[in-house]
Formats: sequence, C-alpha cells, structure tokens
Amino acid sequence: MLTIKNLKVAVEGMEILKGINLDIKPGEVHAIMGPNGSGKSTLGNVLAGKENYEVLEGEVSFLGEDLLELAAEERAKKGLFLSFQYPVEIPGVPMVNFLKTSLNEHRKYKGLEPLTAGEFLKLMREKKEMLHLDSQLTNRSVNEGFSGGEKKKNEIFQMALLEPKLAILDETDSGLDIDALKIVAEGVNALKSPERSTIVITHYQRLLDYIVPDFVHVLYKGRIVKSAGKELALELEEKGYDWIKKELA
Amino acid sequence: MTQTVVNKIAVSEKYTSLFQVNRELLDEGSSPLLNRMRDVAIKRFEKVGVPGFKNEDYKYTNLERVFDKEYRPVFQYEKVDVDLNEVFRCDVPQLNTFTVLLINGWFYARNQQLSGLPDGVVAGSLAQLANERPELVQDYLNRQAGLSDDPLVALNTAFAKDGFFLYVPDHVVIEKPIQVINLMRSEDAVFATQRNLIIIGKNSQAKVIFCDHTLSACDFLVNNVTEVFVGRDAVVDVYTIQSQSNNANTVNSSFFKQAENSNLLTGTATLHGGLIRNNLKVSMDGEHAEAKVLGMSFTDKRQHVDNFTNIEHNKAHCLSNQLYKNVLDEDSVGAFTGRIHVARDAQKTNAFQRNNNVLLTDSAKMNTKPQLIIDADDVKCSHGATVGQIDEEALFYLRARGINEPDARLMLMNAFAHEVIQEIRVEPLRDRIDELVDKRLRGELARCHSCDRS
Repeated sequence: MLTIKNLKVAVEGMEILKGINLDIKPGEVHAIMGPNGSGKSTLGNVLAGKENYEVLEGEVSFLGEDLLELAAEERAKKGLFLSFQYPVEIPGVPMVNFLKTSLNEHRKYKGLEPLTAGEFLKLMREKKEMLHLDSQLTNRSVNEGFSGGEKKKNEIFQMALLEPKLAILDETDSGLDIDALKIVAEGVNALKSPERSTIVITHYQRLLDYIVPDFVHVLYKGRIVKSAGKELALELEEKGYDWIKKELA
Repeated sequence: MTQTVVNKIAVSEKYTSLFQVNRELLDEGSSPLLNRMRDVAIKRFEKVGVPGFKNEDYKYTNLERVFDKEYRPVFQYEKVDVDLNEVFRCDVPQLNTFTVLLINGWFYARNQQLSGLPDGVVAGSLAQLANERPELVQDYLNRQAGLSDDPLVALNTAFAKDGFFLYVPDHVVIEKPIQVINLMRSEDAVFATQRNLIIIGKNSQAKVIFCDHTLSACDFLVNNVTEVFVGRDAVVDVYTIQSQSNNANTVNSSFFKQAENSNLLTGTATLHGGLIRNNLKVSMDGEHAEAKVLGMSFTDKRQHVDNFTNIEHNKAHCLSNQLYKNVLDEDSVGAFTGRIHVARDAQKTNAFQRNNNVLLTDSAKMNTKPQLIIDADDVKCSHGATVGQIDEEALFYLRARGINEPDARLMLMNAFAHEVIQEIRVEPLRDRIDELVDKRLRGELARCHSCDRS
C-alpha cells in the first residue's frame, strides 16, 4: 500500500524528517507515536501533499505510484486521506457544497457518474447518523464555528463519505472527550477492511484502546527509533518517552 | 510652475471652456431647475479643477489621466440607429423588473412604457419630468449634491441635462425592482454626464438596480451623480452593477439622505471597467435610521477601482454598517477610503466598517484608509482593514479532499465575495450576482465587446 524509503524532509530550511522508513500493507493499522516536535505531523502533511515542505531525499510509493510526484488533489483521489490535526475554518464555503464537490471529484476520477441530489443527501444522512453528527452542522460553512470535537468528528465524517484506501489520522484524539473518542473510533473501525490501511498519529495510548494497531512506531527527532506490536503503546503510556530517549543516548 | 501643475490647469480649463462654449446648448430644452444651478457649479469646479494626487480625497486615483483624453461631449439627445431593447442583452436576465434604458447619459426615447407601477409613482426622464412636473423635482434637485465640495460633482451639476428620475409618494410599496440600465454606445470617444434623482416618500419601499454597461469599446468618460432621498420609515435598496469595457472610465457619486427610522441598503459590485471612482455619501438626518453599505470589486489587467465612502451620523441612535471586499488580480489597483463622521450629540451611534482585500499577484496593489471622526462620546464605532493573499491553509484543506487547485481557488474567492453578496435583499438578484461573480472569477463573464486594449 505505502512504502516510505529514507524520507528526508525540510521545512523552511530545517530538516525535520531525517530518514523515515515505513512499509504499510493493505489492511494494517500503524500507530505513530512520539513526543512533541518529533515530526509526526510533518510526516502526515508531506504524505498528503502540502506545499512548502522540501523533500531532500527518499522515495514514497503509494499503490505502486511515486506519491511525491502527485499533487495533493491527485493523492486524495487515489485514496489517501488526511484527517487534519487542525481542520481549517472556511467561512462562505457551505459544508454541503464542499462535500458534494469533493465526493463527485472522487467519483469522476473513478469513472462514476456524479451522485444525484437525492443519493447524496441519503448518503450524508447515513454517515451523519453513524458519527452522531449534529445534522445542523452540514448547513454551516466548512468547520466555521465548530467546536474542537465537532471539527474532529467532521473529519471522520468526510473520511466515511470518501472511503479512502489509506487514512492518516493526525492527532484525531486530541481535544476529544471519551464519548466523542469512542464515536470517532467506531467511525474509523466501521471502515476497516482487508483493503484499507490506517496510520494513527497520536501522543497518547488511549485512542489505541479503540483503534487497535498492528504496529506501533516511535518517531523521535525525525527518525523512527522503535517499532513493535501494540504492547509498545502501553509501555509508552506507562513509562513515558524518557526511557526511549535514554535508550538512544 | 511645474509641468504637472500646468497640465492640471490645462485639463481643467478644457472643461470650463467646454461649458462656456456650449452654454446655450446646455440650457436648451432644460428646465430652469437645472439651468439655474449651472453658473454656481462651474465656478465651484473651476476653483479646484480636476482633482490630482495632491487632493487628499483623490490621493490614490489620478483622474487627470482620463480627463485629459479627447472626448466628444453629449449635450443633446442623439438618436440611436438600432433598437436598444433588442441589442442589449443583460447578464442579469430573467430578473423580473421594471426596466429602463439610458444611452450615453440620456433617457432612451424608445423605452417601453412602464406599466403596472403603483398609482402616483413617477418614473422616467429627469429632463422631461423637470419640465413637466417641476413641483416634484424642485425641493430635491441638488439639495445634497449642491453641498458637496467635490469638483466633479459640481462639474456634473454644470453639465447635467438628463438622467433617471423616480418619485414614490408616501405609503407606497413597489414590489418589483426597477432596473436602470446605463448604456454607453458610440463610434467615437464620448464624455457623458448623467444626473439621477430618486425620491422615496414616507413609509414607502422601493428597490433600484443600476447596471452600467458599454456596447462599444471606445474611450468613455462618464461623470454620474445620483441623489436619493429616503423618507421617514421608508425602506430603500439601491444596487449598482458596473460591468463596462476597460476603456470606459467612470466617476459615480451617490448621495443618500435618510429621514427618521428609514432603512437603506446600498451595494456596488464592480466587475469590469477601466478607471472607476465611486463616491458615496450617506447623511443620517433622522434618529433610528439604519444603513448598510456594501461594495465589492473583482479587478485584473490594469483596472483601477477606488471606493470612497462618507457616512455622516448627524442624529442619535442610528446604525451604519459598511462592508467592502476586493479581489485584485494581475496589475490592477484598488483603493478604499471609509469615512465615518459622528456629529456632536449623535449619541448612541453604532457605526461599523470593514474592508477586506485579497491580492492574487505581487503586482496588484490595494490602498485602504479608514477615517473616523467622532464628536460624540457615547458611541460604538469600529473599523478593520485587511490586505492578504488566498488562505493557503484553506486551499490545502480543499485540495486534500480531491478538489483541483483552480476549483479550490474559485471556491475560496467566491466564499470571500459571498459574505457581501448574502446581504443583498432581492433574492433573485442575490442569486444572479452570485452567478455573475462566479463567472467573473472564472474569466467567463463577457466583457462588453471583447476589444479591450488595456
């Protein structure tokens, strides 16, 4: 699904990622943990195609294609989805227009006809119910005036609509109370299939109680310094990151 | 004397001598109500002349450049060799309105009869109605413009012969908007002067839409003045849509006088045009009056759009709200000056102003200047101005959901404009403007005769 080889990335001249290697197979869930400033969000953004990130070295292949050659929108349409750590408020762009345009762009790419208004509304209704999303939210502008929790739910709602092959959840748990966290996790798990993969970027182990990873990686100072099974997350929760730092020192 | 001063005098003299030479022609056929204003007005113009950079109010707009060109003035109605009702296809079709056409500043002779207007409403040519119904005109004509220091308003008064006139008596509601289509059409460069007068009686309601268009791509200079009187408890909407060739240059001065409890909404959308200067003054002369003043422009190439507003809070308990937004592409230049003046004793005034601008290129330029003069102590006033680029974070967010970059940019620009558009109170017009703006941003909106040079 996704293979990252020796990926080095700089932002404004500063090297943030210093040689990432990662291999994600269909159906797998990978957790990327690590202290603040270790480069977790940079990894998510660079995979999603955010500009002003300078790739210094390395390769990323996604479904057999050179991911780094593709524009952000192409990556999205091929099935890569980033759930934003900080979803952007876009006043004046109605949620409904945004979702419809996004969904139909995806369908066009797959050679499908655009959804009719009725089909679209039905699909929205289903997914909204699944995520217990306030039905009024889709009458507003994109993320405008949403609470932190609503924004995160809205990300997963979009993911549920677009059904990506690879979802990158960038700190989707931060700022969520336990009920919202469960709903979000349910939404993610509902999409789980042998063809879909997930990268969960998080600080904390708690989300991983609900979205159970196959692998846990620790990102520290721009490198993956430790990889193991889901038990690593528990160990990190218990001991913090200091023991890893010490181990490396 | 420096070269520029010499030139300034030369430019201004051209217009004063135009006045002297054509004095008889100007008076001919015009009502004494118009003619009696001319001498005072031309003197007032002479004193200042065509405003240059040194004039504080015209700091960002060099009008000498457009006044300096050679134009043929239109001091008489000229027959049109085609039927404008047929020729003109408005980009705002299917809007159910009373439609009136003006050509080069003159009321079109073959306008279709306006049928179905409520009893007592008088709408038509100012030239004709000032002659035939002077009692409707005399108490209003030049009562606002005459107080202005602006030399170009005075120049209009000196040259004014015709324009659109609307009188709505007390307690009358005109449901359908009245659409006034100002056309410029000529084979040579033309200087037009148009004078409009709108009087809305007590407790009455009306909506007027001005659409400025060109039907040929010659150099045009248009100097318009519109005076609007909003009676007590009246509700009035005045919209202006400017979509002219980039060889057309326009100075458009509007005056609004509001009585007690009246409610005014006025908006200007600038889509195409060369150099455009919009002067707008609202005098809130009765308590509890409310005004919403909107503006937006979408410019590219070497367009130049300057909006100058002046909201005079003369009485207590009034509310004014200004929102101006501009999207500037390529080498276009924009300016916004927003003046709010709260007079002494105009307590409990609420006066707000915002100007947001997006520059799409490094060479586009925007000048924005709020001016608040507050002589009362119990007021709420605010102003805010921003000049920025397209929000890159928002752009990435949309692209990350599979929306192509050009579409994402369009979405964001439409969204930016939509904040202004959503305030339009005529629903079909709101939808139309939404479409027009979208077309404009896509570059699909036909410039009138696609032979622009600039």
